[in-house]
Amino acid sequence: APAMAERLGLGRAALPEEISAWDVAVLPDGQGLRPGSGDVATGEEVFAANCAMCHGEFAEGLDAWPVLAGGDGTLRDMRPVKTIGSYWPHLSTVYDYIHRSMPFGAAQTLSVDETYAITAFLLYSNGLVEEDFVLSDKNFTEIQLPNADGFYPDDRAESEYPLFSAAACMTDCLPEQKITKRAVELNVTPTDPDGKPAGTLPDLHAAAAVAPAS
Amino acid sequence: MNNDEPETGTSRRGFLRQTALAGAGLVAGTSAARAEGADPLITEVQPWATEFGDPVDAVPYGMPIRFEQHVVRRNVEWLTESPVSSINFTPIHALEGTITPQGCAFERHHSGAIELSKADYRLMINGLVERPLVFTFEDLLRFPRTSVTAFCECAANGGMEWGGAQLEGCQFTQGMIHNMEYVGVPLRVLLEEAGVKPEGKWLYAEGADASSNGRSMPMEKALDDVMLAFYANGEALRKEHGYPARLVVPGWEGNMWVKWVRRLGVYDRAVESREETSKYTDLMPDGRARKWTWVMDAKSVITSPSPQAPIRHGKGPLVITGLAWSGNGKITKVDVSMDGGRNWVEARITGEAKAKALTRFHLDIDWDGSELMLQSRATDETGYVQPTKDALRAIRGRNNVYHNNGIQTWWVRADGEVENVEIA
Repeated sequence: APAMAERLGLGRAALPEEISAWDVAVLPDGQGLRPGSGDVATGEEVFAANCAMCHGEFAEGLDAWPVLAGGDGTLRDMRPVKTIGSYWPHLSTVYDYIHRSMPFGAAQTLSVDETYAITAFLLYSNGLVEEDFVLSDKNFTEIQLPNADGFYPDDRAESEYPLFSAAACMTDCLPEQKITKRAVELNVTPTDPDGKPAGTLPDLHAAAAVAPAS
Repeated sequence: MNNDEPETGTSRRGFLRQTALAGAGLVAGTSAARAEGADPLITEVQPWATEFGDPVDAVPYGMPIRFEQHVVRRNVEWLTESPVSSINFTPIHALEGTITPQGCAFERHHSGAIELSKADYRLMINGLVERPLVFTFEDLLRFPRTSVTAFCECAANGGMEWGGAQLEGCQFTQGMIHNMEYVGVPLRVLLEEAGVKPEGKWLYAEGADASSNGRSMPMEKALDDVMLAFYANGEALRKEHGYPARLVVPGWEGNMWVKWVRRLGVYDRAVESREETSKYTDLMPDGRARKWTWVMDAKSVITSPSPQAPIRHGKGPLVITGLAWSGNGKITKVDVSMDGGRNWVEARITGEAKAKALTRFHLDIDWDGSELMLQSRATDETGYVQPTKDALRAIRGRNNVYHNNGIQTWWVRADGEVENVEIA
């Protein structure tokens, strides 16, 4: 614990109902879960009403909106599909994030039971439970997501820093270099009216005469 | 004396055509330009030399002069699916020194820039503390203050360039960054007021916005140098930068600089929230991913010449200017190569190299008009030398998404135009 310096006596005690209103975080071991439950069928209804317009009826994602299910086994592919089922480590994050921050544009409108139900439906959409599954605060931590062991803490101090901390070469370091990629060939940068990259510095030979009025 | 507006304009345009020709003469090898005739901008009295300018009360809070209107934030629409969970870019190609003007400092929101007044602001500290507390903004202004100048770099800065050269201009490839002088209160002081319990190993900070942007950090960092900032570059934070209070987390990825902070929760383990599992985790070639890659490693970029800052003045003296920074401490050295990394020259650091802050470097050369492959390479006080993109990809593959600090190459063509390229 930090050394107890003199307290200034600023602030006031947080009331239990205030803490309950704002601390809705759920940790991987289930800390923060509140009593409640929801089944897949209910979750499907709530999802259809609140979520499917962006994420699709089956959580497969519409247009460019995030895909919530699928992509299993793609993490070593050229273009991995990272979803709750293929990538996310903890079910707690699903509950917590949806409850706090979804639907996009109308967050914090889902009840505890509705959030359990949507979470159950997303487990079902990802092929992880049967259609009669009921999720509750009691069985929540029994659910293990497929990629639970897929992460490790930052190891750059071992895997990169020693390699990149050698004295740098200053002369005759490499053979002659050739261009292998040019951004202009993709041509996906916003442009100014003259076709130059947007925000290109004005040409001072012409700028004074053509400086646009604001 | 001829102050007649249209006539002055005409003669000025005529003169400008002449200067363009004089410029061509420079390219041909004249180093000391010689006037081909008297310059009417000197020989004729100009309106600004005889009439009044604006009165002092014309603009209570000013904006840049209209000739600088290219120096603005820009976005790239196709990068994200919604403009309220999106990014824009600082015009670093046009800036000098190290302090980013707040009005063009980049933004990254997950549910838009919210409007939160000081009167409505509340900060809660709860969890594994002796006394869970609520502070008003008025309370926060009564704590002892500290200051720090630090860069805030988005973890995704340069992320679109992992797979190749994609966007044209350092505003787009390195511009998810800003650097400000902050004043606020150390988290340590606020946490002491609540009294962190010995089992409180992690701090979880979340914002007042709908996305919340909750992130976990080890208590050691929170007690070391993390600040709850109220002022940036002398004034209150801008709305889009977290008004009235944000976290400043020196050296660490921008996502953890939680804006509109409303709660600091103390826990015995990391929350492993959405922004530290689904996002801000870095996929590696074996299909596993790094998590908690908090620090931003040493990095640099030449801001001019660059694709948005071509060379139009011909041969001769050329200023190479750029930025270097490291989340692991101070920049000690920046090298510049003009031949794609075969040979390097040490640039000079202009101003102070502060820890975990943007640092300006310059190298003045005599350009002979030939093609260049410009690169810069930063070294920080730990001895870490900024790697090439290839060196990073050899370890991480191409799907890391975040933390691209690879060396940038600009191909300066003989006509002075500059391109974003990769070389091998």
